[in-house]
Amino acid sequence: MNIQGQGALVTGASRGLGRALAEQLAARGARVALVAREVGPLRDTVAQIRARGGDAHAVIGDIADKTAIHAIAGQAQGLIGEIAIAIHNASTLGPTPLRLLLDTECEDLAAVLETNLVGPFRLTKVLAGAMAIRGAGVIVHISSDAAVEPYPRWGAYAVSKAAQDHLSRILAAELDGTGVRVLAVDPGEMDTVMHADAIPDADRASLAAPAAVAAKIVQMIEDGARAPSGARLVAARWEATP
Amino acid sequence: MTPAVKLAVVRDDARAAQAASDAWAASEAAREPLAAREVDRHRVRLVVIGAAPRLERFAALPELLRRGDLVVVNDAATLPASLPGRTEDGRGFELRLSGPIDAGRLFGVLLGAGDHRTRTELRGAPPPVAAGERVTVAGLPATVASAAGRRVELVVRADADALWQALYAAGAPVQYAHRPAPLALWSVQTGYAGRPWAAEMPSAGRPLTWDTMLGLTRAGVALASLTHAAGLSSTGDEGLDRALPWPERYEIPRRTVAAIAEARGRGGRVIAVGTSVVRALEAAAEHGELRAGSGTATVRLDASYRPRVVAGLVSGLHVPGESHFELLSAFAPVDQLRAGLALAAAHRLSSHELGDACLIVPA
Repeated sequence: MNIQGQGALVTGASRGLGRALAEQLAARGARVALVAREVGPLRDTVAQIRARGGDAHAVIGDIADKTAIHAIAGQAQGLIGEIAIAIHNASTLGPTPLRLLLDTECEDLAAVLETNLVGPFRLTKVLAGAMAIRGAGVIVHISSDAAVEPYPRWGAYAVSKAAQDHLSRILAAELDGTGVRVLAVDPGEMDTVMHADAIPDADRASLAAPAAVAAKIVQMIEDGARAPSGARLVAARWEATP
Repeated sequence: MTPAVKLAVVRDDARAAQAASDAWAASEAAREPLAAREVDRHRVRLVVIGAAPRLERFAALPELLRRGDLVVVNDAATLPASLPGRTEDGRGFELRLSGPIDAGRLFGVLLGAGDHRTRTELRGAPPPVAAGERVTVAGLPATVASAAGRRVELVVRADADALWQALYAAGAPVQYAHRPAPLALWSVQTGYAGRPWAAEMPSAGRPLTWDTMLGLTRAGVALASLTHAAGLSSTGDEGLDRALPWPERYEIPRRTVAAIAEARGRGGRVIAVGTSVVRALEAAAEHGELRAGSGTATVRLDASYRPRVVAGLVSGLHVPGESHFELLSAFAPVDQLRAGLALAAAHRLSSHELGDACLIVPA
């Protein structure tokens, strides 16, 4: 998909990978709706993208809130028009320091699933229909290697990401032939606030820069041949397009 | 979306509708009127209008159309078009948006005391406003750019992000007295809604589930979309209501114009989902060839209208006296429509805007 002129929605866009994705999509000429809960950081991010000539808008909303989903989609499309790219990037680890799954409160597991699984499902349901009738769209789920590897203490997050991976595959199967591509991307370990919350003593020099990972994800959106619908892609193994 | 309260309203300027209405009143079906209840969108039933009407499930639509046909939907999302406001001296009003927001400009009508549970025409008069006056809408400062009776244009003094945030925070879907419980925003959206342009739901497409849409594609029926800013079906002012529908903005993508040409080229029929799609396509072909792009639909469609683009349509159930019935009668003889409504009544179908449906296709 040629990103120039497309409408793109990115959740969790006020910092980290979401912010880097929004910046790069805007730099490539997309109209971008940035979704996040916190007003201050979101407006700052939008202001910086605009200062560089990007077309960016702030949509304040909590993806875990069922009643917010149509408001998020409506505001975004009121501001930027038709949406062709949706990136489900917002996610939560649940309570930190990370606990054993066995010590995780049921309510905390449910809350993590609302943000990381049910929220993206609801938002896709609202956005994918128009994409399918127009015959074009890309939906990206930001995953994690925790979706594949059973690390102790990452349980609530890992369960949500494993389920999101399968959500991505099933949506891809159901949307086959419509022109809408659905991807899951494991971005790898990045130097973000979320990573610091999960592993406070990590060596930051060993972590990828969100901007470098975002650049690869943008290429995956562009390159339908190398990133076919239903694929689960690992950013660290993605060879950058020259 | 036509409120059930309008079922009894007869336009005195529409003699054909009057005659049909008299016939309807005399028919057997009128003794068992159509119910007006909400129907689960997965369980909608469909009356196929024709020489002999028959009853189907809406989900059977793929089998009721032909390979090569093209189904065109209106992808306008429904705005939270009912907004609270007050004048500078503190008098409250409800602003009902009548169309899309154009930069910071809001177009609509003001309603006075009461809420949707009071029938629109019985609501108190709104406070009079004049051009230049400052008001508050959805918590935002605004200026009245023009006012003609209760019909107004307001300019909001806020940036776009703040305006859209306030609209969705303070607004609610427009609804009417026959449905007192508050409508959630999701209950007035179609499965393929995109840009929020519609003041009221383009409700004919509500029963189009993914299963039905993908089923159409598998059956060789193509799908295409346009965006049409379906307006208000009632303003609370008799004079204004007589002029409804007002001019409505539409946008037809090039790919949809191409899909229509392809469908016709292979002998397929263009099937509109909802009267708003008919209005947009016929308006865009008003001066001959169908053109892509945006425009404003002013065409009024009634029994005498000869459609240029649309061959058939899917619609909610509308009875004589409603403007939508007049539009349906451009596609089928009134006696066939009446026979279809009688069948609908006999099987207790719902004429609610979130109710059952009918299909009119040429033989």
